[in-house]
Amino acid sequence: MVKRENTRTPVSQQPHIVDKPADTATIGGTISVEINEKKVTVPLGTTILEACRQNQIHIPTLCHHPDLCIAGVCRICVVDVEGMRTLQTACSFPITSPIKIRTSTPMVRKARRHIIDLLLSEHYGECYSCFRNGNCELQSLAKEYGVDSYTFGHVEKPRYEVDNSSASVIRDMSKCILCKRCVRTCIDLQEVGVLEAINRGHETHIGTFLDKPLADVICINCGQCINRCPTAALRANDPSDEIWAAIDDPQKHVVIQTAPSPRAAIGEEFGVEPGHSFTGELNTALKRIGFDKVFDTNFTADLTIIEEGTELLNRLKKAIVEKDESVKLPQFTSCSPGWVKFIEHFYPEYLDYLSTAKSPQQMFGAITKTFYAKEAGVDPADIVTVALMPCAAKKFECNRPEMNDSGFKDVDYGLTTREMAKMIKEAGIHLPEMPKSNFDDPFGEASGAGLIFGATGGVMEAALRTVYELVTGREVPFKNLVIEPCRGFEGIKQASVKLENCVEEYKFLEGVEVKFAVAHGTANAKKVMEMLRKGELVGYHFVEIMACPGGCLGGGGQPIPTSADIRKKRAEAIYAEEESLPIRKSHENPHVHYIYEKFLTEGPCSKLSHKLLHTHYTKRGKFIS
Amino acid sequence: MLVLEKNALSEEIEQLVAKYGSDRSALIQILQAIQRKHKFISDFAQQEVARLLSIHPVEVYSVITFYSFLCSEPKGRNIVRLCKTISCDMAGKDAVEAAVKRELGISFGETTKDKRITLEYTNCLGMCDQGPAMLVNERVYTHLDPEKAVNILNEIK
Amino acid sequence: MEIILEKNKKRTGPVIFSKYNMGEGIKKALELGRENLLFEIKGAGLKGRGGAGFPTATKWMLSAAANAEKKFVVCNADEGEPGTFKDRVLLLEYPELVFEGMVIAGYIIGAKTGIVYLRGEYEYLLEALEEFLMKMREEKLLGKNILGKEAFDFDISIRLGSGAYVCGEETALIESLEGNRGEPRNRPPYPVNTGYLGYPTIVNNVETLASVPHIVTKGGEWFKKYGTDKSTGSKLFSVSGDCAKPGVYELPWGTKIKELLELVGAKNTKAVQVGGASGICIPKTQFDRAFAYEDAATGGSIMVFNEGRDMLKVLKNFLEFFVEESCGQCTPCRVGNTKLLEGVEKIERGEYTFAYISNLKELGHTMQVASKCGLGQSSPNSFISILENFKDEIFRTNGKGRNNGKA
Repeated sequence: MVKRENTRTPVSQQPHIVDKPADTATIGGTISVEINEKKVTVPLGTTILEACRQNQIHIPTLCHHPDLCIAGVCRICVVDVEGMRTLQTACSFPITSPIKIRTSTPMVRKARRHIIDLLLSEHYGECYSCFRNGNCELQSLAKEYGVDSYTFGHVEKPRYEVDNSSASVIRDMSKCILCKRCVRTCIDLQEVGVLEAINRGHETHIGTFLDKPLADVICINCGQCINRCPTAALRANDPSDEIWAAIDDPQKHVVIQTAPSPRAAIGEEFGVEPGHSFTGELNTALKRIGFDKVFDTNFTADLTIIEEGTELLNRLKKAIVEKDESVKLPQFTSCSPGWVKFIEHFYPEYLDYLSTAKSPQQMFGAITKTFYAKEAGVDPADIVTVALMPCAAKKFECNRPEMNDSGFKDVDYGLTTREMAKMIKEAGIHLPEMPKSNFDDPFGEASGAGLIFGATGGVMEAALRTVYELVTGREVPFKNLVIEPCRGFEGIKQASVKLENCVEEYKFLEGVEVKFAVAHGTANAKKVMEMLRKGELVGYHFVEIMACPGGCLGGGGQPIPTSADIRKKRAEAIYAEEESLPIRKSHENPHVHYIYEKFLTEGPCSKLSHKLLHTHYTKRGKFIS
Repeated sequence: MLVLEKNALSEEIEQLVAKYGSDRSALIQILQAIQRKHKFISDFAQQEVARLLSIHPVEVYSVITFYSFLCSEPKGRNIVRLCKTISCDMAGKDAVEAAVKRELGISFGETTKDKRITLEYTNCLGMCDQGPAMLVNERVYTHLDPEKAVNILNEIK
Repeated sequence: MEIILEKNKKRTGPVIFSKYNMGEGIKKALELGRENLLFEIKGAGLKGRGGAGFPTATKWMLSAAANAEKKFVVCNADEGEPGTFKDRVLLLEYPELVFEGMVIAGYIIGAKTGIVYLRGEYEYLLEALEEFLMKMREEKLLGKNILGKEAFDFDISIRLGSGAYVCGEETALIESLEGNRGEPRNRPPYPVNTGYLGYPTIVNNVETLASVPHIVTKGGEWFKKYGTDKSTGSKLFSVSGDCAKPGVYELPWGTKIKELLELVGAKNTKAVQVGGASGICIPKTQFDRAFAYEDAATGGSIMVFNEGRDMLKVLKNFLEFFVEESCGQCTPCRVGNTKLLEGVEKIERGEYTFAYISNLKELGHTMQVASKCGLGQSSPNSFISILENFKDEIFRTNGKGRNNGKA
């Protein structure tokens, strides 16, 4: 029987789950089938596609994506099943009887070729002028099947106008092949629900509510749709031309901050297997490109921990000591701009639960154009701040009108990992060959706590390391500082840590069991918010939410493709790098101490820090006028 | 849209949800009821339906655009749908089509200035033995000729 | 103004239009019991009347065997195939047959709920049908403890379509009932196991269900007397086009095309489109063929074209239909049909090469095997059969295209 997981996804388009006996060795647990005359044994309910992949038989796919439910719409994966009148899609066909499958008959090959021809006939544009050139699934299929002419013609004019209304995501539906991966990403995976198929027949296209521009609907800019688009129909809003111009302008002082997740993934853009960080190499490459300074976002991640941790302790004090019932707990993290826009749209009545601390990106911008400008003796008007982020939503975030507390636009450009790789290639640099170098001062060093922000649970782990130690004067009671309950890819993680033998200042927390939860992906965020609404989070103190599956390392600006396996490897790279760092707690970062001594002299959550490092939110709601 | 109108529409949709249920499977029945009364489903109505059924507005819009008989743009008070499938075509659809266009001064896909009639084509109405056929709202008229069709249109208000 | 609908010309026919008294079928069914009923229907050799011809008894047995807390009987009254209108006549004039067929089906598979999916174009039938259902409830043919049978509850509701041909495809119909776009599902799983709301569901054509009360009262053997070995019983034919007496005819399976043409008063016939837009076009030379699942299979749509008709225009009309009515989800159907239509337009303008036409025919074959549902699998039938059977007419041009270079 098929399990119905939500009311939206048609039954057939959900993963086909056949009741499998727990022990596949028992009779009936597995089944023998013939694939291309070779006998293979697979667990009951395995799809033909899975069975073929397990046996090194390549089946082309387009609408299939490992993160998403089955669609079976592109039809490229058709195979021949003996005794059936029509070809069957390998992705959707569950093996429940001893069938005979052939994956490369003349009919199968011809059908696949025809499907490619049909898609190409409607796919506007030429490969050489496309940003996905070399990384396009349609292009590689065309190559695989030897397409050398347009059998059924080729569109000469775009069918749809490009929608570049959004600061984050650009939609070019003339390149869309209607695989609906974006729809399944937006509705099923993220439960944001901005994209769906509109009209029917030949008029079908992917659109928004009333076909409005993306900027006018409730898109959270997470960019997960971009990561799963097989073609260039979806792409991020690329500011690299403006950045080149700034670099080429001698008047401008161009500063870049790099976040940990792009560093752990950018190698993939240069053909390196997922799971390798290129932090030092990237520093060198960015200098060679012409950035004046290269800073580490982890520095402001440490700052975020101090500010956000202090805010949490303040809330706890108000709630416990002052018995102030208006204090909102648990406190939710606010460093994921996709999540922030999600809660602004979907749960505007709960905005007070969000930490007011800005994200590390925005803190960095504000500090750069104030503190750094002063220290370096540069006119902040001449500073251009660029942020290398794994994220599409960061582009929207830096364009928020309230993000100009330095007196200037705090962060001028948000750049994705993909766009950065493109710039590096354009400069004639092969990143993996670069020698390593360090970040620039005055923010030269950051702690490992900031680094692990990139993985889901990382902010929580970093915060606990600091908060626990501030309150008790001891390190968190976890071996090697690794807080296991914060790690891993479970959708929602919940745990608690007991505070005992607290230092004098925090005696009011004596014996308190700090309960926390971690969620990644907005579908899980929604579940957490429903728990909050139902009162199931009473007694919880801190919740970390990241909009993207896997956290920032799975962000919408990261290299394409993505899968659970790739995200796992990126996380391993991040955790491995952090264990090698000398400082692994935000509050031990000497540069953080320096800035509180020299600049934010009144300490965390003080007046100046509130002006520069904290923000407010907008009750957006869901109604689209 | 005035607040009063919005409130009335919300109330109407709430009643429909009470009648048909708040499960997704009630969606099309609710949309049909709104369509029948208002001749179109406004963006406000779509969002109200989405809210009450706990689905996304774009899903409502997606369903509306899939079905020929549901629409999200205002149309005339009466919708006339002329069958263009082959049997009606062979039975003299072209002459009826020309006469109707001439009489109303609009093309198919358009609405008269006084909002009285919207002209549309439709695929097979299942009246192939009695063609040409057309639907006026939910009523079917058969064995049309140019004069008869025009008379029918002139009678509707 | 009243609805101008031609009433019944005197219908005759051996099975569906044979004498039947309301309530007889259900009464007899309750006497026979489930197993005997399945035996009779299996013995009758009844196959789906919508066009696909799946054995009804097998479908019902599969869902009777399925273990579930709820099951559904769905009557597919989304009669949208161009040239078909038999279901309209059945629902208008013989609703008792259809509804009783549903009750019997519910009794057999263990369902308590029946749903009629009535196409939106037939909304004018709704009121009368609702009244009829009320009447059946009054006569204990619907509702709780039907005809006094303990714990046999069954009721029927009617849901309207909203103008989408593809919803006649059973899984698209179920999607539509669930409030979704009418996009066909992947199979397996099949509706008999995983149908409406995930429960076992049988979807049957109006005519299939209408045959059931006759089989139940008169026996499978009686039904089998009509028709051929592989196509038992009779069939309703919706005849339109160039003939003197268009309408619904009940004829036994195995009737020859030329016999039907004579009956309906067709003269100078050049071609017969069997099975609607998704069917095949049969030329004069093949009028000896018989209507049967094993020969000229059809859901009942028969369109007659005389010598004066332009077959390319007919084909274009069909393809325009499919371009609009494809649900648009799968590549072969969504794009394929537009390519076939483009091909026809190029032929009209004389801008084709035979290599290109041959590519399009190959594409048609791909659509037949690679499309997700029956719509895309059958939409190239008319393209392939018309270009093949009427190539002399279509390609006999003066080199400037069929209209002397004018579009």
